[in-house]
Parts: sequence; C-alpha cells; structure tokens
Amino acid sequence: MTDTSLFQQITDYANRADPYPLYTELRKSPVHRDETGVYVVGGYHDILSLLHDPRISSDARNRAEQPGGSALPGEEDEGDGVLPPTFLRLDPPEHDRLRAITNRPFGPPHSPRRIDGMRGELRTIVTDLIDHLDGGDGTLDVVEQFSYPFPVTVICRLLGIPRADESRFHSWADTLVSTLDPRPDVDTAERVRIAQQARLELGMYLNALLDERRKKPGDDMLSHLVAGNAPEGRMSGMEVLATAALLLIAGHETTVNLITNGMLTLLRHPEILERLREDPRLAVPLVEELLRFEPPVQMLPNRSPIADIELHGVTVPKGSPLCLVVASGNRDPARFEDPDRFDPDRRDVQHLGLGSGVHSCFGAPLARLEAQLALAELARRLEAPRLLEDPPPYRQNAVLRGPRHLRIAVDGVRP
Amino acid sequence: MIGDGSIDRLRREGRIVIVGASLAGLRAAETLREKGFTGSLTVIGDEPHPPYDRPPLSKQVLLGKAAPEHTTLPRRLDVDAHWRLGHAATGLDMAARRVRLADGDEVEYDRLLIATGVRARPWPVEAEAGLDGVFVLRTRDDATRLHRRLTEETRRVLVIGAGFTGSEIASACRERDLPVTVAERGSSPLVGALGGVIGEVARQMHLDAGVDLRCGVMVTALEGDTAGRVRSAVLSDGGTIDTDVVVVSLGATRNTEWLAGSGLGAGPRGIACDAGCRAFDVRGIVTDDVFVAGDVARAPHPLFGYQFLSLEHWGNAVAQAEIAAHNMISHATDRIPHLWVPAFWSSQFGVNIKSVGVPALGEEILVTQGSLADRRFTAVYGHQGRVIGAVTFDHGRWLPFYQELIERTAPFPPPFPTLDRRADGRGPVPAEFPDPSVPTHGPTVTVSGYSPADRRITFTPGRA
Repeated sequence: MTDTSLFQQITDYANRADPYPLYTELRKSPVHRDETGVYVVGGYHDILSLLHDPRISSDARNRAEQPGGSALPGEEDEGDGVLPPTFLRLDPPEHDRLRAITNRPFGPPHSPRRIDGMRGELRTIVTDLIDHLDGGDGTLDVVEQFSYPFPVTVICRLLGIPRADESRFHSWADTLVSTLDPRPDVDTAERVRIAQQARLELGMYLNALLDERRKKPGDDMLSHLVAGNAPEGRMSGMEVLATAALLLIAGHETTVNLITNGMLTLLRHPEILERLREDPRLAVPLVEELLRFEPPVQMLPNRSPIADIELHGVTVPKGSPLCLVVASGNRDPARFEDPDRFDPDRRDVQHLGLGSGVHSCFGAPLARLEAQLALAELARRLEAPRLLEDPPPYRQNAVLRGPRHLRIAVDGVRP
Repeated sequence: MIGDGSIDRLRREGRIVIVGASLAGLRAAETLREKGFTGSLTVIGDEPHPPYDRPPLSKQVLLGKAAPEHTTLPRRLDVDAHWRLGHAATGLDMAARRVRLADGDEVEYDRLLIATGVRARPWPVEAEAGLDGVFVLRTRDDATRLHRRLTEETRRVLVIGAGFTGSEIASACRERDLPVTVAERGSSPLVGALGGVIGEVARQMHLDAGVDLRCGVMVTALEGDTAGRVRSAVLSDGGTIDTDVVVVSLGATRNTEWLAGSGLGAGPRGIACDAGCRAFDVRGIVTDDVFVAGDVARAPHPLFGYQFLSLEHWGNAVAQAEIAAHNMISHATDRIPHLWVPAFWSSQFGVNIKSVGVPALGEEILVTQGSLADRRFTAVYGHQGRVIGAVTFDHGRWLPFYQELIERTAPFPPPFPTLDRRADGRGPVPAEFPDPSVPTHGPTVTVSGYSPADRRITFTPGRA
C-alpha cells in the first residue's frame, strides 16, 4: 500500500531535509490510514476544523491501545510516569484550568506587558551572543553558538532561574533535548538512563527552587505559580513541577528550530536577507511567513477522537491515533497561493505553525518576539554570511524538525 | 449588455457613489480599488469624522483606555475617493441616477452603494430625551459626551435596556466603580438575543458586579430639575431611581428615511436586497445599479429559510461590503452571493461572549461544553431538529466547529459526545425566548418576513 509507505517515508530520517514533496503526496487524499493504525491528515481546511473539533482529545487516556505500542514519532517526550500530564496532554476542563493559571503571570489580560517588557533584556542577550560569535576562522555554527543558547537563557530569566544556575540548566536541557533525538549510534537503554537521570536532577533542582520561591516570592513565573492565588484555583506541587518542566522544554525546543530554520531560509533567499538587513521591521511579517513555510512543529501527533468521526467519507474510529501534519496544511495550494514560495510580503498568512484552538501555542508571543529580534540582528551584524552545507544535517525528530547544526562562513561580525 | 464592454468601461471610467462613511462604506471603497476600479469614487457621510470603529466606544472608550478620536478604522489602502463628510444624503432619484445632499448638491452615479447603517433609537418622549444627562451611545460624539460626563461627579448611572450595548455600558460603569442601575423590560439581560437560560447567566454577571439590576420593569418617565438636568426616573412598578446620567440603550433604527418616495424597497427594517447585495425596488424587482451593505441591508439567507436577515454585526458589514463592491463592477455570471453566517461578539463583566448563527430562532438549548455556573461554556440552539445557533462564554476557540454544524444543518441535539460535557449538558432544555408578540428591545439579529414594505413599528415604553 502506497499510503503506508508514505507515512513511513515522512518519518524516515532520509527525508528530513525536505519532506515537502511527501506532504504533496499526503494531501492527495484527505485521510491516510497507516498500517500501524495511525490516521494522518494533511489538508489545511481539514486540520483547522479538527483543531476546533470538540470530539478530538489530546489526552492519552482517550487513546485505544495500539498493537505494537506507541507508533508515533515524538511520543517519547512525555509519559515517563514521574510527573502528571501537562496541559499539553490534557483536555478541558483540566486543560483550561492549568493553562489559565499558567497564563496569568505570562500574558493578557493579567500580564499584558510581560513579554513586550522583556524586549530590552532579549536584545541584550542577543547582542551578547552575537558579540561572541566570531570564532576566528570565519566559520560558526548558528545552532550551537546562537539559536540554542538564546531561548534557554530567555526561559531561565522568565521562570526566574538564578543566573548562577543557568549553566546547570543548560546542561540538563541539553541532555533532555538530545535524548529526544534518538540516534542510532547511542544505545537505547543508556539513553533512557541518561534522560531519567537528567530529569530527576532537574526535578530536584526545580523542587528546591520552588520551595525557595514559596518562602520568598519574586516577580518571576515560578513565584506566581507556587503562590497559587489565581481564582481558577491552585496547582498541586506536582502540577507546578510538571508545568515548569513543560515551559522549560517547550519554551526553547521549538524556538531553536524556528530561529535556525529562519536563518537557513534567509541564507537560501539572499535578497530577502538583504532586505531584512536594511529594514528590521520586515522581521514581523517574515516570521509569520516562516511559521507557515518551515514550522518548527511539523505535526501534532497526539490527538484521538472520542467518537467515530467522519472526514470526507472516511471514518476515523474512536480512540485511534490521529496525526495532523500542520506543515503540510501550511503548503496546501487549496489555501495558499503558490505555497512553496517563501514570500514575507504575503497577505493573509493564517498559518497552522502555532496550531489553533484551545491547544494553540502557549508561548507564541514569546517565540515570535525571540525570532524577530534574533533574525533581524543576525541579518544586520553578520557580514556576507553563506551556507557551508546545504542541506545541513538535521536532527532525527520528524515532529520537532530542524537542523542539528547550521555551519556558515562569514567575513566578519559587524559591531 | 454582457460582452458590449460596458462593465469594462464602468471599471475604467465609471462613477460610483457610496452613501455611508462607516465600516461598510470604507471597506467597499477599498475593495473597489483593490479589484481595479479606476473611475471616480465619492463617499458621502453625515458625520464630519473619517470612518471610525464602533466596538471600542462602549468598551475601551468608556473605560478611558482609548480616546474616542483614536478609534479610526485602519486603512488597507488609499482609496482616492472624494469624501463628502458632514453632509447627509437626503434623497435618491433612481431614474436620473442622482443622490441629493443636505447642502442641496446632487451627485450622479453609474452605481450606488447604500451603507447608511443604523442610529440609536432615542428616548421616545422628546422633552425627556432632551434633558441634560440623557445619552444614547452609537457615534463617536455620543461616546465623547458620555465619557466626559462619567468622569465628572456622577451619583448614579441608569442604563435603560440590557441588550449587548446596555450591558457593556453597565459593565464599564462598574469597572469605573460608578453606581449603576439597569432597567430591563425582559426577564433578564440579553434575553432577546440569547434567551432566558443564557439570560440567567448574564443576570448573575450583573449582580456579581454590583449592578442594581431591575428586570421585568420599564422606565415610564424621566424627570428633570428646573435647570433641565435629569434627576430621576420613574419605573413601571412604581419605584423611582435617583440618577444624574441616563443612557438610553433601546436598540437601533435603520437610516432609511432619506429614501422615502424614491421607489426603493426601503423601510424601518432596512433595505431589502438579493443575496448579491442588489437592492429591491418597492415592486419587488431587483435593481441593477443600486447595491446595499452593512446594518441597513436586509438579505435573504438560504440557511435560514431564505428569510430576510438584517444584522448589526461588524463582520457582516465587512463581508457584505466586499461582496457588494465586487458585484457592482462584475458581469452577472461573476457575481458572488453573500452567505455569511451571522456572528458577533461582546465583552462585558470580564467575559468574552461570542455567537454564531441565529440563536434567537432556537427553541431549545444544549450546553455541550463547560458549565453555565462557571460562565465558561458553549451552548447550541436547536430549531426544528437542526442546529441553528451557538453561543460561547469565554469558550470562543470552539466556535468554528459549531459554525460548521450550522452550515451543514446538522441535527439537534448533536448525536455525539464532546470534550468537557457536564451535568448541564445532559439534554436540551427550552431556550426561553420571550413571547415575540410582546415588544422587547431590538435583538442584534432580526429575521423578518418576505415583504420589503413592512408595517411601521412604534415603540411604546408605557405599555404593560
């Protein structure tokens, strides 16, 4: 069956650098049923309506046991049994409660200026990182030296991780992220052990920090979460811990890819890079187009229906795994004109890059601002940047897709 | 006419006149230019202001969070129009294709778009309406005046009518910590638009916010002091309210008087048009050169039994204006229908309310997600076994799904389970709309009969 091999091809590392022709195949039928039981949807309008469909659950408990276990890539990231599920993997009303409490110190209506208020601080972090970019030999790795450390530093500041602890935090995050990225050369058992160790250490660290914040609260997000004075109720200690870990991982994992994908795309479109260099305001529409063109989250693999649902004559049975390939929807010619063209001047960019519906990206305002600042500054300060490898080596993960390294050559770094 | 190049000539050098310089008028002008109309464009408006946005007037403006003059509508492009602001259109000669203006001038057109909207229904007793301290809220000037008065020393505000605008005004007053009484003829706030089940939720919102809510009563008279300043209001239950600011929020009247005698199918309920926004004349024959858009239009909707809907909705004004503009300069076969599903939002007492479809047609209601007690829910309305409308309180992200159900005329009650179904949602209950034979405040959607020449409606607040 071609359908079966199609989804396998999509998740196959060999196609990571350019999955888009496979998505074109995927869109030829509204629903693909994979032999492992996964239903895959790639059309823009279908994905959008499923994201607003109150019969579609994000809760693993609503998923029927699949023969052969978890079939979907990217599912390794949760469900280690240590922490309760985060709001990412819960349905309303639990989802709404936890998300609302978490949102209180983060965004409108209660903290409308939190993110924009960080603009100056973000710019300083970006400047510092770029100041240290030039390795001397005229080459650098954008991932290692910039797009990875930037968001981790930002999330630390936001959560209220003391500066002195940032390096420890980096290293746990590093370990956890690399274990999300299964590599054939690393033994599975060993990887699990390393991940558990990092998670445990991180958990213990966060727990101690939360205790401190309980006694001596500041204005950071962790303090607000432990204070628990939201009218939506308070989170249990475990819920706070799980949420903090979610913010840490989700708060930078995706942004790394957004910035790296952005730099890669700009290097492939030098005329747009030049425009951005001359006019940093272009960063705003550019990042929107980027979220359409190369979204860091390629698919949402964790959904399943709580009733049999029908989609263009295909019944997706209750409890079956449903995978929504948002990156495919973003290139759907039924929705976007000339979808394979990167065009920051495009109007009407209602992309699916940050999802939609109740689970739409929690960190969207922060991710947008980080990417806008980062790309505008890189464009302004890097002198004659050029790709040393195209395509660059990608990370294993098909869900959270992005280059593992982005090696470039520059003539210098402008002051 | 098709193939003789007349449309091409119209697009190139025709004369288009738009009467109404608000949201629909502006969006239509922009769409005409976007679609390549290069002829002359005249926009006539009775207010002196360039097009502005109304939703902030009853919210941010009253709260002092936005200045009234800063609610200008963003322009999508320079429409290169001849703006004739501050001069109302006073007449239409369809045979000569001319619009008469208040200053005596006349403007000729090849195509006319009428987007004159609605105005606030004033307090019916003229002498009382003229008392200092009695306000309506529809225009920017209204908002400026009311906001200024609210920032002065105010003992108590009385809001007459608890529809969406009245409730938003009451909410803004409470947020400013002003004592406020709301008098509502119906059994609860919002009852005309959303029915009694949801009205009960709205009632609790008023009470929790500290509003002195009086339902089932009418204001029968406003009384002023010797200086001509409003001092109190008399209620139908015999009570009186001491007040120095009265906001009359009794719905809207359509601006069609200027078309009297023109031969156009225009009346108190608006101007009847076909789904392509072409106006009907009084004989029921569709015109080819007069188009209608926005609050003043009344068009048949196939989803709702081809009944003529008039909608006072922001999104409807935009969509209808774009379609009217397109159709004005297109060949018959290229025209597109306006099949917009009614949708609106309101923000009051910290709750975001959104609705799609025509809830007011519903007989029964089912809470499919969330709970009424939490004021976070989605409820659907059923009409003769199908889904006809839906409303959300702080649950707007689910709304597109329910809109699809309405568009597909899905069965009611929906036969499938939904996430977050609670005890509220075990089964449908009567939606509790008031008896339509008893006049109440104007709902934001009216569904009227098939004839454009309606009987005149008289508002009689004194009636029991």
